[in-house]
Amino acid sequence: MTAELIIFVLLAVIAVAAALGMLLSSNAIYSALFLVVNFGVVATFYLLLGAPFIAMVQVTVYAGAIMVLFLFVIMLLGAERLRHPNQVLSWQQPLAVVLVMALLGFAGYVVSMQGLASPPVDVANTVSYGSPAAIGELLFREYLFPFEATSLLLLSAMVGVVVLTAVDARRGVSRGVSRDRRS
Amino acid sequence: MTISNLNLVGTLPLLFLSAWACGLLLVDLWIPGDRKHMTGWMALSGFAITFFWVSSNLGQREEAFGGMLAIDGFSNLLHLVFLGSGILATLLALNYLKQHDIERGEFYPLMLFSVVGMMIMSMAKDLIVVFLALEMLSIPLYVLVGFARTRADSEESALKYFLLGAFSSAFQVYGIALIYGATQATGFAAIGDAVAISGASPLLLAGIGLMLVGLAFKVSAVPLHMWTPDVYQGAPSVVTGFMSVGAKAAGFAAIVRIFFSAFHSLAADWAPVIVLFAVLSTVIGNVAAISQTSIKRMLAFSSIAHAGYVFVAIVPGGYGALSDFAASAVIFYLAAYGLTNIGAWSVVIAVDHADGMGSDISNYAGLARRSPGLAAAMTLFMLSLTGLPPTMGFVAKFYVFRAALAAGYTWLVVVGVVTVLISAYYYLRVIVVMWMNSGDGQVVTPRALNFTVGVTAAATLVLGLLPGPLMAIVESSVRGLF
Amino acid sequence: MSPVIGIVIEAIIKSALMVFVLATAFAYLTLAERKIAAFVQVRKGPNRVGPWGLMQPAADGIKLLFKEEMVPAGADKVLFFLAPILTMIPAMVIMAVVPIGPDVELFGRSIRLGISDLNVGMLYILSVASVAVYGIVLAGWSSANKYSLLGGLRASAQMISYEIALGLSIIGPIILAGTMSLQGIITAQQQSTWYVLWQPVGALVFFLAGLAEVNRAPFDMPEAEQELTAGYFTEYSGMKFSLFFMGEYIKMVAVCAIATTLFLGGYLGPYVEQLPWLGILYFTIKTTALLFLMIWIRLTLPRLRYDQLMAFGWKVLLPLALANVVVTATATVLLG
Repeated sequence: MTAELIIFVLLAVIAVAAALGMLLSSNAIYSALFLVVNFGVVATFYLLLGAPFIAMVQVTVYAGAIMVLFLFVIMLLGAERLRHPNQVLSWQQPLAVVLVMALLGFAGYVVSMQGLASPPVDVANTVSYGSPAAIGELLFREYLFPFEATSLLLLSAMVGVVVLTAVDARRGVSRGVSRDRRS
Repeated sequence: MTISNLNLVGTLPLLFLSAWACGLLLVDLWIPGDRKHMTGWMALSGFAITFFWVSSNLGQREEAFGGMLAIDGFSNLLHLVFLGSGILATLLALNYLKQHDIERGEFYPLMLFSVVGMMIMSMAKDLIVVFLALEMLSIPLYVLVGFARTRADSEESALKYFLLGAFSSAFQVYGIALIYGATQATGFAAIGDAVAISGASPLLLAGIGLMLVGLAFKVSAVPLHMWTPDVYQGAPSVVTGFMSVGAKAAGFAAIVRIFFSAFHSLAADWAPVIVLFAVLSTVIGNVAAISQTSIKRMLAFSSIAHAGYVFVAIVPGGYGALSDFAASAVIFYLAAYGLTNIGAWSVVIAVDHADGMGSDISNYAGLARRSPGLAAAMTLFMLSLTGLPPTMGFVAKFYVFRAALAAGYTWLVVVGVVTVLISAYYYLRVIVVMWMNSGDGQVVTPRALNFTVGVTAAATLVLGLLPGPLMAIVESSVRGLF
Repeated sequence: MSPVIGIVIEAIIKSALMVFVLATAFAYLTLAERKIAAFVQVRKGPNRVGPWGLMQPAADGIKLLFKEEMVPAGADKVLFFLAPILTMIPAMVIMAVVPIGPDVELFGRSIRLGISDLNVGMLYILSVASVAVYGIVLAGWSSANKYSLLGGLRASAQMISYEIALGLSIIGPIILAGTMSLQGIITAQQQSTWYVLWQPVGALVFFLAGLAEVNRAPFDMPEAEQELTAGYFTEYSGMKFSLFFMGEYIKMVAVCAIATTLFLGGYLGPYVEQLPWLGILYFTIKTTALLFLMIWIRLTLPRLRYDQLMAFGWKVLLPLALANVVVTATATVLLG
């Protein structure tokens, strides 16, 4: 066993444990934190794969921005705990377990049938693979259109959020608060 | 990618509309709150310019952005459908928003963004672009559906649509990831090559299935249709009219392009699934529509059924020479459905009041006496949705069934015809209520609405009587593409 | 000794040294702040323990160690314990990529004065800074105290808002240097000049956003005494409290060190090529000057109101930083 394999197995165990912890913990704050741990481990995987840029972006965007917002919302709403744990839709739990087992079985079958495809790029022989310059080249040349389309998409999403939450200047009240149903 | 295969010139209409949307957002800041219809007129002119721009050059065969986008007859014709529905819906919105006291300038740029997403969807030749386009058309729609957000039902439908839509997007992304894992490609051409060599692997089939879930949700096919009635009922009617045409057509555009070009060699695998969608959607959509009392819910179930008919046209797509035929049948059907459906929704808007009381089918009683023009138009729309001559809907259904027959799916056509007969019951009931029963109630018919109803009714009738030229255009632009 | 083991030992020694230096810097920074405050307010400041009060930090440390540790009744024990640590660690590790001097010859090896030189160093700094907020938020939440929670929420909102301006302000130096490595940015400044001259706006935005990131006055809303008693660390005492305290000051050092590297030429100075060890001195002088500026600002300016803080971040700093990026990028392309 090489050192890399040992590290990988260790990290994989942590990643899976964190993912399970996220699913199973009844406190939403802990769920979010487990997810952060998971993101951190995934970032480390990227580092192992020789892609420090993606690793850092993973931490910054997911752990640093998105999950902080999650925590923020959970805390702001005081929604840490489920009010009626396992009362509503409790029959779904065993069903979910069965379905997950089916999915895992299928995934195992697929992998054992054909093996996993080898990566399209030979990582070891590509010096600049995963470097900021290489990613910039990819984003602004080969993937220029998806990149620009994404910016447009985010703009429209942002406008949408403002529309749905902004205070109506003419009425001077937040329309989300005044729920007069005209009837 | 070099500048030479960037081909910005070919995508100019798309870029123009995107820039127009962004510009409109800025301009809207300086338009006073009580004159937001000016924003609407500007959006309208953006749509119109792009419409004529695209229609002036239908027969292009180009690629752009290094093969990520295709600019061809298929995408151009569908662009006309998207832009047309955008134009008509904007016209309706001009008065609708004011009347319902939900007028805000952002409505129009969001609509533009959504149309841009639909246009990209029909041009996409790469799974990444398909996903981005799907999001780009959906996210503004989520917002537009909740635009009347002091009304609880609008908020409810926006939330439902958003949650389920996000869920279905997740399916699609997972599917794309699996397809990439199986073929190591996201471009349709490269996927097609890889599939032709390796054939169907379980991984690939799972990916295709998951992706189809995401797309079938967008076109509201049974069994992924549950959101449709609630969302169509709760959303502002202009938005419903718009999305029932645009989002559906965009979803089918992606399905056609993906399945006809990337997975055509797997037709034996995916055709049964498409057949299943077709049968379930036509049967369940039409049967469920019978029991509806609200015209909005009835039209929602009717839209589910119509998604089924489009699937009937897609079935023969995998059979070599027939795929062109199938693609033109899809385009023609979507155009017919688009015109008719927006027309029907404009009549719904005219009868519907700000208080939301006019959405029952019983409210249409006596419409023929109160407003004969509107009633005549609605009659035409209902006939067209049923698929009876002399309307465009008849020609479209004929076209679709002919394509399925050519591929040897006789039993599917029989199912289709039977469901058409079922659908006649509830469509004709509206006509009966309008002409035979008596009742009273206000109809609001501003000029823009009259124009919309007139244009769609005329087009439904004329293209129903003389479908030849349009068919010729469609067939010649699509020939040899797939 | 194989080269790998040598590298590992070198890294361990350098990390240990860095931790030691930062801890000392924290101790004497608190003293410096009190002394400067005293000077500004025309009083003497700490002068009892040792000459000029130089042993005061040690006395404070001993006092804090022996204080009773309190854990509030409703607190979430695990997170309450974890939060101070989560605040400390990012503050410490962020300095890993900052070079404090040029390479020097020692024991026959060429040793880099700085723990590591990542080719994505700037991104590393951003990602560590973005994770730093967790300690504060969790401290606020786990204390089961409304003041703490409000402080934590304020902190997270503030840090997320100013992170964007912070991230944009460092793009200027990155564009000019053409690299994200901090060593590379210093080398590039050696060839041209200190980037504060090319990037005055960027430097200003970085400094202000940095102040907000470390929750220093006038952006110390999360711990506003008058409104929130002490914000997120209201319930903390003893060593856990001192960890927060330490975290804040080490973050100050880190922000000033990074600002020095990005905009003030880092360890560059006269004769640094001939005498590499001089680099550390230059680096320390520049960083200390910035730290003095921070303390000075705290002693001079009143605290902003919360809405003012948000408006300033989103409506002033962010557009300014964006404009700076656009102008820098355009100028770089046009002028080559």
